[in-house]
Amino acid sequence: MKMNRRSFLGTASAAGASLAAPMAFAAGHGVPHVVVVGGGPGGATVARYIAKDSKGQIAVTLIEPTRAYYTCFFSNLYLGGFRDIGSLAHSYGNLAAEGINVVHDWAVDVDRDAKAVALAGGGSVPYDKLILSPGIDFVDGAVEGWNLSAQNAMPHAYKAGSQTELLRAQILAMPQGGTFAMVAPPNPFRCPPGPYERISMAAHLLKKENPTAKILIADPKESFSKQGLFEEGWNTHYAGMIERVGPDFGGANVSVDPDAMTISIDGDVNKVDVCNVIPAMKAGRIAQIAGVTEGNWAPVNAADMSSKMDADIYVLGDASHQGDMPKSGFSANSQAKVCANAVRGALTGSTVFPAKFSNTCWSLIDTNNGVKVGATYEATAEKIAKVDGFVSSTGESDALRKATYEESVGWYAGITADMFG
Amino acid sequence: MLRHLRFTVLAAFFAGSAVLAEDAGDVTRGEAIFRQCASCHQVGAGAKNRIGPQLNGVFGRQAGSLDDFPYSEGLVRAGVDGITWDLETLDVYLENPKSLVSKTRMNFRGLADPQDRADVIAYLRSFSASPANIPEAMPTAQGTDHDIDPAILAIVGDPEYGAYLAGECTTCHQADGGADGIPSITQWPAEDFVVAMHAYKRKLRTHPVMQMMAGRLSDEEIAALAAYFKDLE
Repeated sequence: MKMNRRSFLGTASAAGASLAAPMAFAAGHGVPHVVVVGGGPGGATVARYIAKDSKGQIAVTLIEPTRAYYTCFFSNLYLGGFRDIGSLAHSYGNLAAEGINVVHDWAVDVDRDAKAVALAGGGSVPYDKLILSPGIDFVDGAVEGWNLSAQNAMPHAYKAGSQTELLRAQILAMPQGGTFAMVAPPNPFRCPPGPYERISMAAHLLKKENPTAKILIADPKESFSKQGLFEEGWNTHYAGMIERVGPDFGGANVSVDPDAMTISIDGDVNKVDVCNVIPAMKAGRIAQIAGVTEGNWAPVNAADMSSKMDADIYVLGDASHQGDMPKSGFSANSQAKVCANAVRGALTGSTVFPAKFSNTCWSLIDTNNGVKVGATYEATAEKIAKVDGFVSSTGESDALRKATYEESVGWYAGITADMFG
Repeated sequence: MLRHLRFTVLAAFFAGSAVLAEDAGDVTRGEAIFRQCASCHQVGAGAKNRIGPQLNGVFGRQAGSLDDFPYSEGLVRAGVDGITWDLETLDVYLENPKSLVSKTRMNFRGLADPQDRADVIAYLRSFSASPANIPEAMPTAQGTDHDIDPAILAIVGDPEYGAYLAGECTTCHQADGGADGIPSITQWPAEDFVVAMHAYKRKLRTHPVMQMMAGRLSDEEIAALAAYFKDLE
């Protein structure tokens, strides 16, 4: 459809809107249209903030296939028995009530010339600005012997929901003295402390249910997030249970056999009872289909999260390649607010304030033993750059660790309210 | 056991036996313990509502009933449901506020030690006309102690900018004032908000996340946030 600029301007002035914003336009209809793909911490937040702050001046459509969103953050706490699975699930009902057009479908194609998103269920949705927040997919062939058809035998549990429930059931079903193995991912990946919090939670569960069980980690990385804190916690709480094989000892040279339930580390074949394979990651596939990726991720401009490939497309969260921020729900939520402000400014002429980003990641090591790491960031011409940061210390008091855990519970309530209303 | 004993003592006290006041709680010690409360609550002559309501006359007052304080819905409901502040209800509330009023915005970990609670309750009681046989004490209200430049406090914040900046806060602090594990920051008097943020910025307050967040906020940005959160319902 061809845009009729004259009739739009006529409508606007008839409505008494003295728009000082010549960039305010729409694809042939009265209000500009933002389409958001993906309803996680990036997508749900950006949809809410644009809808809320534009007060009807921008139409927002959110395309998200699942009707209930299971947060990846805190899913390890479900594994450890600290949350029930239902507490991780959130509906999009409040977003719909706030005026967002929530479409439960898969976005399967992006026509950047026609500016429209095609849906798996047929039809397409036109956009003035498209925001992609598709999270992650796995790199094909990243772990020899593993692919998505093996995810029931060897779950990744790195997209929360049924996979997380499966992994917990498998851990609980381990024979006494059995082995839980994890293939840890290479950088960069979603939630840098996530695999190690998961080890802590599996150990917590096994210590109670299966105290002679062993945990084996094959890790391609030399070091990992909050390593000192986790290793201190493992020594204190789960002594003798956890063995991590780093790259010096072949942790990067791994293959699995889901039928035989074996994992080979540097040629050494181990029979295991549970194998949690977390493969190398890349941007959710729709980013690649839209042609805004370079390598595995989608490069963006730090000031507004706009794609470096297309000024009308923005990429948030894990899928983006933005600089120093870790791939986390907190980061995606933070980026969403900067993006919402910029998109609103571009479409309605509202004030665009300078970008500010922040992140904090809490991890639970054992009951009432929380740790955290966080930083603030700013936009530079090249990237999102770290300004300042902090990390919990080893040897902290029990009271502080408990307070940190309680704070994380508060954060969960806060960010999910911020995302889902 | 101790708890049971003390209630017995207090019952005797209510029955008119004034000699047991010392056993019920040490006002001087309570005053020292109250310093933890004073960052949000004032008591004594000239006490005003700040982040929390002023506490003069709290004894015998229905929970959530001061006209000019924006209580959480939970606290108002608690009052409507029949909670009146007295020795027993204050004791339970101060041990763990959320155990008595689950949706209270009062973000206080609680006083685990029964003697601490007894002392601070004795101190508070000294500012309540009822029970009547406790003489009105000297005013001890202490405003929020600070040495912030009046020029900083005089900055008029831009609430629109505050609304944008608040996005960084609402990832953790709930916009509706809910508080579970992370304090509510809505409806604070602007001055208290500004003083608190500058205290984090100067690392006088200890929380590392907040030191980091406040550390890069300008005076104008802090004023903008204060202006925004002041009226957020």
